[in-house]
Amino acid sequence: MKIMTALMSGLLFGWGLSLGGMTQPAVVLGFLDIFGRWDPRLAFVMGGAVATTALGYRWVLRRPQPLFEDCFRVPSLRHIDGRLIGGAALFGIGWGIAGYCPGPALASLGGGSLSVAVLLATMILGWWLAARLLPAQRNLVQPASKDHRRTS
Amino acid sequence: MHMNPFLVATFGGVLIGLSAIVLMAALGSIAGVSGIAGSLISGGVSGRAWRMAFLLGLLAGPTILWLVFGDSGIGVPQVGLPWMALAGLLVGVGTGIGGGCTSGHGVCGVARLSRRSLLATAVFMVCGVFTVYVIRHLLGGL
Repeated sequence: MKIMTALMSGLLFGWGLSLGGMTQPAVVLGFLDIFGRWDPRLAFVMGGAVATTALGYRWVLRRPQPLFEDCFRVPSLRHIDGRLIGGAALFGIGWGIAGYCPGPALASLGGGSLSVAVLLATMILGWWLAARLLPAQRNLVQPASKDHRRTS
Repeated sequence: MHMNPFLVATFGGVLIGLSAIVLMAALGSIAGVSGIAGSLISGGVSGRAWRMAFLLGLLAGPTILWLVFGDSGIGVPQVGLPWMALAGLLVGVGTGIGGGCTSGHGVCGVARLSRRSLLATAVFMVCGVFTVYVIRHLLGGL
């Protein structure tokens, strides 16, 4: 059941990216090009996704635990540091060069483009390097806590 | 059939939101693509099977659309191979050390009103806009 549910979740994600135009780097770069011919579609995708998730999480995180696991593994880190900002900055630069973030890159692999496969390969190399150079911080161990209920 | 592109984009976003809700409700996990894929690479986590299944679904989604509707929605790369390779490396390292990407920080984190995710999202958006500005309007394209 875990595997079938995760597969379904992945499919929904892939369909959403495709319908939203996010598997077209031209649309993504068009969104980032606010000083040129701006394509606002990505904002609608993000808006729809954030609003849906926010509503759904309010309901889900009120439950004692997920269906198939012992607890909700919601990120517990709270502090702002150079790692967060520097990482996001490097990601933004890479995103602006080619117009692919991790989800759309993976979802675009089925299109059979060699250069998408190369981008995915260097992305995997990047994750490996990041994990070696800066091991993961303690995170994702916190059961749903007060701060998630604050909004409800 | 012509549908309003913004309506279609919003519907796409709602599907992504449903995906995130399903993953949290069933497996208690954030639907962050870089986190899920990255934890498979760094190893040592339980739940490898469902993470693989999620990524497989993500990969298969557009292909299924192509089989059913004749259109996968997959577009062509806009820059040459060396730039694609560099972009992939920056995205991998950046999301690896920054702890998330457009889905983990941008969708799930912003939906939780996480201060870290709101800041990370603002930073990668601004850096993306700046990069496109430099490439398109200062350098005249790659």
